[in-house]
Amino acid sequence: MTIRVSEAEHAQSFQKAALPLLEDAQLRKNVRHATDVIQSKRGIVVGGTPDWQDLRTAGSAIKAHTLRYLDQYLLQFEKACTAAGGQVHWAGDADDANRIIVGLVQQYGGTEVIKIKTMTSEEIGLNEALDHAGIRAHETDLAEVIVQLGGDKSSHIVAPAVHKNRSQVRQIFRERMNLPDLGDDPEELTAAARHYLREKFLRVKVGVSGANFLVAETGSVCIVESEGNGRMCLTLPNVLISIAGIEKIIPRFEDMEVFLQLLPRSATGERMNPYNSLWTGVRNGDGPQHFHVVLLDNGRTGILADPESRQTLQCIRCGACLNTCPVYRQTGGHAYGSSYSGPIGAIVTPQLLQMRQAQSLPFASTLCGACYEVCPVKINIPEVLIHLRGRVVREQKSALDPEALAMKTAAAIFTSRTRFEAAQRLGRIAQWPMVSHGWMRNLPGLLGNWTRVRDLRELPKQTFREWWKARAKTGSMPGPSTPLRAARKLAQDVNDHA
Amino acid sequence: MRVSLFITCYNDTLFPATGQAVVHLIERLGHTVEFPLEQTCCGQMHYNTGYQQEAIPLMRRFVDIFRDAEAVCIPSSSCVAMIRDHYPKMAAESSDPGLTRAVDELLPRIYELTELLVHCFGLEDVGAYFPHRVTYHASCHSQRSLHLGDLPLRLLRNVRGIDLVDLPNIDRCCGFGGTFAIKMGDISAAMLAEKMKDVENTGAEVVTAVDTSCLMHIFGGLHRARAGVRMAHIAEILAPTESDVGEGAWA
Ligand code: SF4
Repeated sequence: MTIRVSEAEHAQSFQKAALPLLEDAQLRKNVRHATDVIQSKRGIVVGGTPDWQDLRTAGSAIKAHTLRYLDQYLLQFEKACTAAGGQVHWAGDADDANRIIVGLVQQYGGTEVIKIKTMTSEEIGLNEALDHAGIRAHETDLAEVIVQLGGDKSSHIVAPAVHKNRSQVRQIFRERMNLPDLGDDPEELTAAARHYLREKFLRVKVGVSGANFLVAETGSVCIVESEGNGRMCLTLPNVLISIAGIEKIIPRFEDMEVFLQLLPRSATGERMNPYNSLWTGVRNGDGPQHFHVVLLDNGRTGILADPESRQTLQCIRCGACLNTCPVYRQTGGHAYGSSYSGPIGAIVTPQLLQMRQAQSLPFASTLCGACYEVCPVKINIPEVLIHLRGRVVREQKSALDPEALAMKTAAAIFTSRTRFEAAQRLGRIAQWPMVSHGWMRNLPGLLGNWTRVRDLRELPKQTFREWWKARAKTGSMPGPSTPLRAARKLAQDVNDHA
Repeated sequence: MRVSLFITCYNDTLFPATGQAVVHLIERLGHTVEFPLEQTCCGQMHYNTGYQQEAIPLMRRFVDIFRDAEAVCIPSSSCVAMIRDHYPKMAAESSDPGLTRAVDELLPRIYELTELLVHCFGLEDVGAYFPHRVTYHASCHSQRSLHLGDLPLRLLRNVRGIDLVDLPNIDRCCGFGGTFAIKMGDISAAMLAEKMKDVENTGAEVVTAVDTSCLMHIFGGLHRARAGVRMAHIAEILAPTESDVGEGAWA
């Protein structure tokens, strides 16, 4: 089984991939601006939803329940979808899914497809597979159009072109749509895109979509979007192929009540998406006459098998965790080397790849908890990150790795008071070659990463416990002057060296 | 009340002034401080970096040392978070019912410093005097794990002489993240740059928090930039009183 998540298996480590992005002032400004805007909109609509926490609890509970009985709900979905005239295909991995979809397009004699934004298709590299078979894929989501025409990668699971600003979009459209006089007025840009896309909507006979939700009870598929381009792809072609990870199932139609409140608020800061499309199988003479659903595993059952990180599969791909993440904010999505970026990308990508690759991703977080706070289905991302870090250490780190050695040594020190106190004394002696005027500015080894941008004060002459012991010995009362003296000295030092 | 102090390994080693301020503060409020010398580290660094096995003996030590304490005071929200959020699960996984029980019984007696002052002592005004322009950074664990809310700010607002200024993006992570600052040094630096800008824009001379670790990071950057802003753990602001300080002694 070859599991593929975009290009993550060949990607550089997060910290390396981040370097050129950190240099890109334009990209960083674009990402900061866009995520700030979405976040503040989200804050306002969530603030105006009094039962928000109850909704989160409900969303989380429904998803957890579904995952518990996923096998049954998947079969129920297959049955209902088939009964309504759809056809369900099961794909074990990315190659399976690509083979099925390419086969279907060829079966209907298609040489082109129009696509609604689907991260799952990016996960499996569908466009490349189609291209390989001589089939042209046209993205129709405006942001995906920008990414595709720019020969770029998406950098956000909801807003793939979040790293581009308007004038960069104009440049791409000017060059790729052959519109040398195009202005950067939003209306002009969307008009250009509309003109470019309408022709394809009317001509291309096969549509490919993802899915936000699959309803087991009715066999329905749901997609929410903002532009209406998705609606075009869902209604105009003769053939519609929808690809969805198996975790997209929800049990009952009425569960949509919860998710259609959670998702738009979290994703775009809207109370409702402008376009909510919901369809069940095939309807004679109305919309696509051939409908296929490809249910994708690609590592998901492996995640399901791990009770510690199963909650990862509750994700509804709203992107709220990306927008709030202080790490994502610095680099945008490209540093994650995967179609899934940000906090959710950091937990889902390495797990899909079964931890063989992308091992730096669980460490691409300060565990600040902002993601958990906003997640509409209460995925405790920091907890999963810690769990995955444990797996990386257990499964991948050799005992001779410098970090592993340092950690083992530290553990030995911390398990004994005598060793701890000896280490404190040793540190004070060993630091002298590195100290200058009371500060360390150039530490060796791993700690050098600290002093590249931060100073570190020299170890104090007396540890807290030495002070405590000395105080107990002399029997002196806790002189109020002691902390004061220390604080005064600190102020003095700052003044001396600042 | 007898308060057992868990000073934390890094405060003990690097920031004794924080511990001294905590002792001074608790004692001048009329309580007794104990400092069990066997204590070392709660295991947070190991646990969060993926060395969970190594954290287990550290949890056992902590529980053994503090199991009989009336109240445990910890001037570090991330260590409190380690204990509250992870010890129960670690104990459960150890399949040692005695340990699980000991953890369950100990947890309600664990207080972060500002929790101790407000929830346990029932004080929001500790009679402190600190005549400086101060800005408060709400560290991640204090906000999103301990849910301290405005507890620290309520204490700070009651300090005489203080000029407390709001920090923009008060609860955005400073980029420390323990070993993150080392492993992902460049990204951490970018996050730090944003935090430093926010701190400097307040015009404060002192940046404070309930975690010295975050402050070590923020101040490390500010000092490198010779920004002329210093750090003080919240205990160092709440400890001194007007009678402690001579004219201009803090200047
Ligand atoms: S993990 Fe939660 S916040 Fe992040 S994309 Fe998924 S549902 Fe949204």
